[in-house]
Amino acid sequence: MTFNAAELLAVIAARQLRDDTTVFAGVGVPLLAAALAKRRHAPRLTMVIEGGIIGPEIAPGRLPVSTNEMRAGHRATMLPGITDAFLFAQRGFVDVGFMGGAQIDQYGNINTSVLGPDYWHPKVRLPGTGGANDIASLCREVIIVTPHEKRRFIERVDFVTSPAWLRGDGSRRAAGLLFGGVSRVVTTLGILGFDPDSKRMRIEATHPGVSADTLRLNTGFPLLDAPRIEVTEPPSDEELEMLRALDPERRFLG
Amino acid sequence: MNPAEYDFIAARRRIEGKKKSAGEKLTSLDDAVARVRDGDQLSVGGCLFSRTPMALVREVLRHRRRALTLSRNLTCTEGEFLMAAGAVTRVVTAWMSIGLPWGVSKILRHYVESGAVALEEWSHLALGLRFRAGAMGVPFLPALTMLGSDLVGVGGLKTVQDPYTGETLAAVPALFPDVALLHVHRADRFGNCQIDGYPHMDADIARAATTVLVTTEEIVSEEETRRYPDRTVIPGFVVDALVLAPFGSFPHECYGLYEADYDHFAEYTAAIDARGPAAVGEYLERYVYGPPTWNDYLDLFGGERLARQAKRAAELTGASLGPPSVRAALA
Repeated sequence: MTFNAAELLAVIAARQLRDDTTVFAGVGVPLLAAALAKRRHAPRLTMVIEGGIIGPEIAPGRLPVSTNEMRAGHRATMLPGITDAFLFAQRGFVDVGFMGGAQIDQYGNINTSVLGPDYWHPKVRLPGTGGANDIASLCREVIIVTPHEKRRFIERVDFVTSPAWLRGDGSRRAAGLLFGGVSRVVTTLGILGFDPDSKRMRIEATHPGVSADTLRLNTGFPLLDAPRIEVTEPPSDEELEMLRALDPERRFLG
Repeated sequence: MNPAEYDFIAARRRIEGKKKSAGEKLTSLDDAVARVRDGDQLSVGGCLFSRTPMALVREVLRHRRRALTLSRNLTCTEGEFLMAAGAVTRVVTAWMSIGLPWGVSKILRHYVESGAVALEEWSHLALGLRFRAGAMGVPFLPALTMLGSDLVGVGGLKTVQDPYTGETLAAVPALFPDVALLHVHRADRFGNCQIDGYPHMDADIARAATTVLVTTEEIVSEEETRRYPDRTVIPGFVVDALVLAPFGSFPHECYGLYEADYDHFAEYTAAIDARGPAAVGEYLERYVYGPPTWNDYLDLFGGERLARQAKRAAELTGASLGPPSVRAALA
């Protein structure tokens, strides 16, 4: 079965989630990935949504476009409110945070605030952090899910909205961020991780038919190599069918 | 950040010096909003396009207030209206646009990139904790979020050393708004308020603010409040003015009662795509300055559309069909 970039991202991201865990998921592809994981291989996965929602079951064809609307809380088990939803993460109850990102740097830091050097006079004003900064700060582990484009993967982001490893060298810990951090970046070309010492981004896996050089060519900074670079399994027919059933309107699958 | 926002001593004195009545709160939108002054720090309840107090925001616009600061966690079309009307000079928020299908807000870009409006960005949780610290009457709350990011420098977040473990913590400052605008599902005429579904931050905002203005989908009897006191999230003595406003969030949603009108968002953003920020001015003429009353405003959408959105909400939540006015019409 052929598939597009959004479907590839959702399927590979879904595979990162384990059963008996919790995931903080934003709307769009991350939410589809979490819903797919729950239906396919992680029935005891609990989704937490920043609108203040725990345990929703997303209704196929009625996908939410924001994290705060009724669609996002369909058949939820608890509606604790926004502040308390995040406080579950601060307490350590959220295993994985799924995030996207406009710009990402070699240490996994994300910018969704402003383009240009001056925050107060931006060249481009972006929507902002929403809960992304909190997810990046508080979840046990963060997985970034994003299309792989050179303009997104840049050496230094204009503004660190959501902190990953900051400047490497223990700077995350020194800033007071005691927990978590970005573990993986799932892209349309492969899976990236971070060198355990320098915290610089490295290639962990490529998708079938994609070379490591293609990843490098589409990245605005030098990528390190993991000791062994894997090749991912392409999305199966079963995964694609389950995913497409969740978004029959193709609202997020394109 | 304005230091008055976290001055917990002054904020406490304001509450001490204020009438805290268990008496009648019912009034008109016009009378309620007369309490908003130019230059106020105005916090808007709900979140993004959920339970936005649209009838109150519309009335603030009709009163032509100026130099306001808007604080709201996720800012949606109401923020665009306030920007385009020249009512706000500063917005304190974690995020602003309508939602993914409509892209980055062109109004946000226009007013912030030109420097006409300062956008002070806090993380979603940090802003939530600012309201909670305000609700608690303390100057700050320790937290583990927003540290290390460039957001720290934007609002002026400071850190504090934990006196027990020595670790560095975010000292998230309180936010005590001058006025809170809130929309709730039901209230009695004394201002005891109940909210269904998403609580958002309304209960914290109500306690943090000096003046609290509320619209409600339904006025219930005092007996109804006393039968379900566990459902009350804002006590009457906190509320200054209460106004009955069915569909008071429309075209935004109200949990269980009506779904947000995506089609309306699409028409609105298409007009902005075609004609730029001037399209918001035209929109305000048609929906805000033109229709004299909230019912006149709702008539622009039409009963059929309101009923359709109410039906969709019931499908999603299994709730009874729509606000009391719709249920009565269908009965």
